[in-house]
Amino acid sequence: MQEIFNIFIKSIFIDNMVFAYFFGMCSYLAVSRTVNTSFGLGIAVVFVLGVTVPVNYLLNEFMLKPGALAWLDTGFATVDLSFLSFILFIAIIASMVQLVEMVVEKFTPALYASLGIFLPLIAVNCAILGGSLFMQQRDYQNLGEATAFGFGSGIGFFLAIVGIAAIREKIRYSDVPPALRGLGITFIITGLMGIAFMSFLGIKL
Amino acid sequence: MSEQKKEREPLFSAKNLKLIKEPLNLSNPITVQVLGICSALAVTAKLKPAIVMAISVMVVVSVSNVVVSFLRNSLPPRIRIIVQLVVIATMVILVDQLLKAFVYDVSKQLSVFVGLIITNCIIMGRLEAFAMGNKPWPSFLDGIGNSLGYGLILIIVAFFRELLGSGTLFNVHIIPQALYDFGYQNNGFMILPPMALITVGVIIWVQRYKYRELIEEN
Repeated sequence: MQEIFNIFIKSIFIDNMVFAYFFGMCSYLAVSRTVNTSFGLGIAVVFVLGVTVPVNYLLNEFMLKPGALAWLDTGFATVDLSFLSFILFIAIIASMVQLVEMVVEKFTPALYASLGIFLPLIAVNCAILGGSLFMQQRDYQNLGEATAFGFGSGIGFFLAIVGIAAIREKIRYSDVPPALRGLGITFIITGLMGIAFMSFLGIKL
Repeated sequence: MSEQKKEREPLFSAKNLKLIKEPLNLSNPITVQVLGICSALAVTAKLKPAIVMAISVMVVVSVSNVVVSFLRNSLPPRIRIIVQLVVIATMVILVDQLLKAFVYDVSKQLSVFVGLIITNCIIMGRLEAFAMGNKPWPSFLDGIGNSLGYGLILIIVAFFRELLGSGTLFNVHIIPQALYDFGYQNNGFMILPPMALITVGVIIWVQRYKYRELIEEN
């Protein structure tokens, strides 16, 4: 239980998807002009990550790892299918995103309209695939840890994108040099936010 | 039968060469099109992984562009994205295995980012925007051009980060020992992730200052 909580807190603040590993930058930069769209995208990412990481964990555990197929037949104990991870993870992610899209369209059509193209684009958001690949690389011990990691990463992304959107809304009225306006200042502010999040490195869990 | 043979455009005509030159500056994938940022920031702590990453992306983009361009007229629209993803994923698996075989130390440094080339927005972006509507040879050149633009930014960022952060280039000490004795110290901060963001921000600043037409009207 303690380990799961550690992983959860760690993936929100210390191993933040955006500031520590730069995942999800493209949609992060494109959608963060207003807080409303960022809020919607953030929630969608939390949901997609929270679902795809555990599902991919099960896939990895029972099919892809070296020796994973032993439950089918002891003869398969030496089979290593991990080279198929990329394709299979992406397939799971694409289907989950399709599901999320259908749910959002049914229950919150206003959000669906405002997110537009960015909802299907979550499928190719590096944050989602990155979450699954990190889960595979770090070799979590059970489903609980993988789920904590998935949800935690999503919440970290959510915090980052809502934070930058709030700041971008405010600096629209400040005196930014013309050549820095828009993209340039967003990069620099994101860097400063990254430095701020680094202060969490001192947390002893 | 057609009466007149259609004039074939020379392989390196001005229009085709523009496909290579444009992404180097005015339509640079990272600083102008805002694509492919994730990997550009993460692998640039040292120069060697940055160059290996740029070459990997070049291989994946150009070959995927050509394959999808050949398929463009026979792809049903509904499964378009899935086919594109499969093409890209296959190329990335190939490149990943090649990297593990020939430059194992660099592939360890790149870790998950080789796999993340699949989700690199440049590749999907160019497939959708160009390869789906153009012939194979221009698509190939477009792929090469965009990956050159991407590689250029990677190399600039990695150059500054490695030089200022560890005093080396390609793991060769550049800054003379005399400077160290004088009191100069490596700015360890440059190796950390946030400085990559700020470096790219400064590059964008310089580029937009020089080419005023890129400035956004907010």
